[in-house]
Amino acid sequence: MKFVDEFRDTEKAKTLTKAIHEIARKLEPKLTKPLQIMEFCGGHTHTIFRYGIEQMLPDNIEMVHGPGCPVCVLPMGRVDDCVSLAENPDVIFTTFGDAMRVPGSKKSLLQAKADGADIRMTYSPMDALSLARKNPDKEVIFFGLGFETTMPSSAFTVLQAEREGINNFSLFCNHITTVPTIKAVLDSPDMKLDGFLAPGHVAMVIGERPFDFIALDYHKPIVITGFEPLDILHSLWMVLQQIEQGRSEVENQYTRIVQPNGNTPALEAISQVFEIREFFEWRGLGSIDHSGVRMKAAYAAFDAEQKFSVPNLKIADPKSCQCGEVVKGVIKPWDCKIFGTKCNPENPMGALMVSSEGACAAYYNNGYHEKKTA
Amino acid sequence: MCLGIPGQIFEITDAERLLAKVDVSGVKREVNIACIVSDDHPVNACVGDWVLVHVGFAMSRIDEDEAARTLQILEELGEVQEELEAMQQGAR
Repeated sequence: MKFVDEFRDTEKAKTLTKAIHEIARKLEPKLTKPLQIMEFCGGHTHTIFRYGIEQMLPDNIEMVHGPGCPVCVLPMGRVDDCVSLAENPDVIFTTFGDAMRVPGSKKSLLQAKADGADIRMTYSPMDALSLARKNPDKEVIFFGLGFETTMPSSAFTVLQAEREGINNFSLFCNHITTVPTIKAVLDSPDMKLDGFLAPGHVAMVIGERPFDFIALDYHKPIVITGFEPLDILHSLWMVLQQIEQGRSEVENQYTRIVQPNGNTPALEAISQVFEIREFFEWRGLGSIDHSGVRMKAAYAAFDAEQKFSVPNLKIADPKSCQCGEVVKGVIKPWDCKIFGTKCNPENPMGALMVSSEGACAAYYNNGYHEKKTA
Repeated sequence: MCLGIPGQIFEITDAERLLAKVDVSGVKREVNIACIVSDDHPVNACVGDWVLVHVGFAMSRIDEDEAARTLQILEELGEVQEELEAMQQGAR
């Protein structure tokens, strides 16, 4: 496939791996601990595991798999809210497939569907809008989740519903924002990270500048990164070069997609429909200030939180979970007491075991639970 | 969740609603093109564009020159490395 195959080239991957090993060798005398580089985005985590990139890296470079998996960080209480909305007999509840298996305190959406609720997986929020057109006697709710990458699609769909007067469509808005979340990770007292791979598709929407604070205020190198294996290796090499040269800058490896100022129509649609919430609750990370958005009052007619009664109960994470520490790179997944035993992909207790993009599920699926029991 | 896939726009299906058909490795589907339309790049100019498709939206045009430039950087990195290795071998 064009723009994909070229970025999976084995020869170039070998070259980059060699170059990374070379810088790591040069840095070694100065290091008191392995360098920890965080890939924030679950999409990057997926590529890293799929292509075995960690195995290609020198021992003094560790990848820390960040919290950028929207399905993983969805609190149980929000899943309960979805189930409650979906169990309304007048409602067709639509969602991306990823969210179906996320456990709530009583059941997941998949279990609610089995129990008779009308829940449908859609590829796009536009498909949910089509369902609303076709079913005027039903209320169609779309479960909007994800970072800034997915936010424009929800915003454009709401704007389209308004233009066409499709009043039986609404959005259950659970979108989250990247910058406050990275800031929360950086402000944590036990944080030991040395650099970041920034989420390429978030940057495609918001541009390069929102990441400046990481370089300027926290003096960490950060490279905006694409999603193919060569992109990841190339960006790692760029981060290491910054470390070796004593620089901390925002650099863009993913120039074929990311413009310095982001995407103007997308940003306009976002600011038209959404506003920042004072705080948002995360699974595994607790409450983070300004880390979510809600719909503006002007769009209340398309806001499921306004149209329906949402229980909005706060359900505490299981006490045994150590997702927060894993996400910050303080412990490895297999250091968690319940990793692979009480918490596994079939029966996830913690956020990071929920989706294949979560760090714990990725390690588990690659045989690391055997490492723990061995 | 945040992944996207490259596709090529081959037909505008509804100019008013900003809908177009995209071909992703032989799979064809309708996508919204609001993110790639501007005064400098009107709806009709989008036919033939390579775009990144995410949840039914063409989120960004793919810059072919930049893609080539990134690959060129990696190519050159390989050449430099070969030369360094040759030098190291020669010094032994």
